[in-house]
Amino acid sequence: MSSTILNLPDQSTATVPKRNYLTNENGLMSWLLTGDHKRIAILYLISITFFFFIGGALAGLIRLELLTPQSDLMASDTYNKIFTMHGVIMVFLFLVPSVPATLGNFMIPIMVGAKDLAFPKINLLSWYLYLVGGGMTLAAMITGGVDTGWTFTTPMSTHFSNTNVVTTGLAVFVAGFSSIFTGLNFIVTIHRMRAPGMTWFKLPLFCWSHYAASILMVLGTPVLAITLVLVVLERTIGIGVFDPTKGGDPILFQHLFWFYSHPAVYIMILPGMGVISEVISTFARKRVFGYTAVAFSSVAIAVFGFFVWAHHMFIMGVSNYAVLVFSLLTMLVAVPSAIKIFNWAFTLYKGSITFETPMLYAFGFMGLFTIGGLTGVFLGSAGTDIHLTETYFIVAHFHFVMVGGMLMAFLSGVHFWWPKMTGRMYPEKISQLAAVVTFIGFNFTFFPQFLVGMLGMPRRYAAYPQEFQVLNVFSTAGASILGVGYLLPIIYLLWSLKYGAIAGNNPWRATGLEWQIQSPPLTENFTTIPIVTQDVYDYEWLDAQKEHEVTHVG
Amino acid sequence: MADLQTEHHEHEPEQHAEDHIVSPAVYAVILGALLIGTAITIAASYLEMGPWNPVVAIAIACAKATLVVLFFMHIKYSSKLMKLTVGAGVFTFLILVGMSLSDYFSRAWGQW
Amino acid sequence: MSDSHAIAAAGEHEVHEEHPPYLRHHFVSMEQQTETTSFGMWLFLLTEIMFFGGLFTAYLIYRNWYYPAFVAGSHQLDIFWGSLNTLLLICSSFTMAMGVWSAETKRHKGLVWSLIGTLILGIGFLGIKTIEYTEKYEKHHIPGHNFDWKGFTNPTQEEIAKGDKPLAPDMAQKTEVYFSLYFAMTGMHALHMIIGIALLCGMLFKALRGGYMDGHIAFVENFGLYWHFVDIVWIFLFPLLYLISRHQ
Repeated sequence: MSSTILNLPDQSTATVPKRNYLTNENGLMSWLLTGDHKRIAILYLISITFFFFIGGALAGLIRLELLTPQSDLMASDTYNKIFTMHGVIMVFLFLVPSVPATLGNFMIPIMVGAKDLAFPKINLLSWYLYLVGGGMTLAAMITGGVDTGWTFTTPMSTHFSNTNVVTTGLAVFVAGFSSIFTGLNFIVTIHRMRAPGMTWFKLPLFCWSHYAASILMVLGTPVLAITLVLVVLERTIGIGVFDPTKGGDPILFQHLFWFYSHPAVYIMILPGMGVISEVISTFARKRVFGYTAVAFSSVAIAVFGFFVWAHHMFIMGVSNYAVLVFSLLTMLVAVPSAIKIFNWAFTLYKGSITFETPMLYAFGFMGLFTIGGLTGVFLGSAGTDIHLTETYFIVAHFHFVMVGGMLMAFLSGVHFWWPKMTGRMYPEKISQLAAVVTFIGFNFTFFPQFLVGMLGMPRRYAAYPQEFQVLNVFSTAGASILGVGYLLPIIYLLWSLKYGAIAGNNPWRATGLEWQIQSPPLTENFTTIPIVTQDVYDYEWLDAQKEHEVTHVG
Repeated sequence: MADLQTEHHEHEPEQHAEDHIVSPAVYAVILGALLIGTAITIAASYLEMGPWNPVVAIAIACAKATLVVLFFMHIKYSSKLMKLTVGAGVFTFLILVGMSLSDYFSRAWGQW
Repeated sequence: MSDSHAIAAAGEHEVHEEHPPYLRHHFVSMEQQTETTSFGMWLFLLTEIMFFGGLFTAYLIYRNWYYPAFVAGSHQLDIFWGSLNTLLLICSSFTMAMGVWSAETKRHKGLVWSLIGTLILGIGFLGIKTIEYTEKYEKHHIPGHNFDWKGFTNPTQEEIAKGDKPLAPDMAQKTEVYFSLYFAMTGMHALHMIIGIALLCGMLFKALRGGYMDGHIAFVENFGLYWHFVDIVWIFLFPLLYLISRHQ
């Protein structure tokens, strides 16, 4: 790990540029009323980190309870609330907005060569809606919690639960609109605000991934919204849409809920995949293999993602024919994801690979997402799903793709673009250590869960048979290591804001418009609108250029 | 600079799509068609057509909606992108309705 | 925000000169701004399609399951009010389209009268909905604790003459599902109408003071799109809710 592509300016003379988006205006109001996509990205970054640690603390409580087979740390009712809140916070308040609202908001206008997103005020509104949704969720949590599972399954959520279902349902409704507005902004920006010469196929794959995810956000989230409205109405006034005693069908709730929630997992992972494309090409000094295939597979994942939702419902009472069709379609949807993994692997082949922190996280992503994705095939196959569903196998599957996949991609992206966003480098050695600790902790936490799930341990139970304890203890031990791995970045990233090395415009000698402007960027991003003539990921051109040409637009 | 970007945009046909101002005469014709469609749909509901009643009702409603989208909402005179956008929305709606209904309809078919 | 016109390209600065006051700085030209806001509005309407889509899905499933109950429930709706409402909304779509045309062609009086017409028709629609909802309340057809399904097992002489058949008790109870969907769908639609009317009032107020006559009419155009969409939802709601099997 001695070779590095890191290319910092002379530290004895370098300074962070005096005029940048952080220093442009001062005062709290300039932040709270900003239209600047970069400031909004930072506001989001702080907010989602806050919610991540609350969700993480809840995860810690879950793992503590599961150290012993009895439900001794907390009563079952309380345990239900803990895993529900963990799920709601992690899915809706962390994973869905993580990369799009932070890195996407920050980078997409710069990557397409624009001065801001298409609708800056809507962008700010999106953040406020996120805060309202988050606040309502916290309120629901503090005043008694919710115990229905993050999936709000009826008739538990509509009739039998005595907890804050209405508040949480409305909170998610509001947070959903935050997501919709972000996606809407991205689609319009990518279509309409590209600089001269920035054709679709010169766009970084980060943009393609966000475009695909945004389509899902815009088309899928409203269905969740109406579903939650119906649950709230049923719970408050007693309309009988999902109530069997009044002729309603609880399965209808699940159809409507999963119509969004399956595309939601692609909303969560696609932006992460965009990050991985950028990181792998930069740290292998090579154009992404099969750019077109990766771009189109992103859109294909988005489109196919709408056709498979009932694979979450195989055992719920849908018809056998529906099971057959949805199972087949689920097999198809795995293909575009696999295409991306193959393309990233071929990008690495004969590349000049170095192991900086973003690349370590990217490697972690590739391995763990592949395992998670492959286990998804067992779940998509209806026959095996009958055995594995509602067990810890499912829990392990989605944590592998979401935590081993998405969260690692998020950390990869944050480290990769940290110098651009802040003008400072993070400390490399400790961050590499944190990445390794995270990887080890993750595997210890979640791999045993595959085993224990296959052996039959059900999910969402505080108590379990004695024979599963050893694996559960392993898992909890891993979780404590994982926690350390997540705490370290908070510490050293904050440290780097004051003491980190000055990054300069392009510390990674990467391609892309964002690396040709100052770090941190100006409020207006570019002093002149760039005219794009360069192909995307053109490392040969880059390596042949002088420093100035690499780091300045025009 | 800015003008270069404008030059670039002038070459894109999409940018000139919405120059067309639709005349009131067109709007009046469409209004007439919509009112006639409403009258037909009410009349048709009084006719006994068996399983075709809902089909006719939805078909007329789709026709009316299409007229509104094309003319009142100017899609006929808009860029391909706008047309594609509307199509994407309708498509996704049909997937939601169609695939959900396919479960319900096939439940009665029994085991295999 | 700093002016980024640093580099002078040879000569042409037309776009810079005609820099209208309402051109936002992250856009390069008015054309880009207009196209972009219109696109954004259409994407928002897509979310509305999917939002109502969930309700239509529920409706189609339960209509298939409980057809006799849906017939009976539908016959409780007054076809006169429903048809009149449809008429009002279609005409309001016409007046709104005329309003957009007036704004495009800078006709001040035309715009004001079109908006007033749209407003009156919209309020008329809501007024009729209030009449209908009140009737439902009086007949105990609002889902929930007070829902009375017994009237469907024993229809009145009048109703029998119009073709209503008595329903078995379990099917009669399913009329509550019909009315749940009726109130959810028309209620959600009415909520959108109320929001539209509020925006319309704001627009009318600005138009009365001479607004929208300088070519900056994006708000009028995009509001028009919203209003037409709400009309389209009703175009589907009307036959689905009011016109189930009116033939006997």
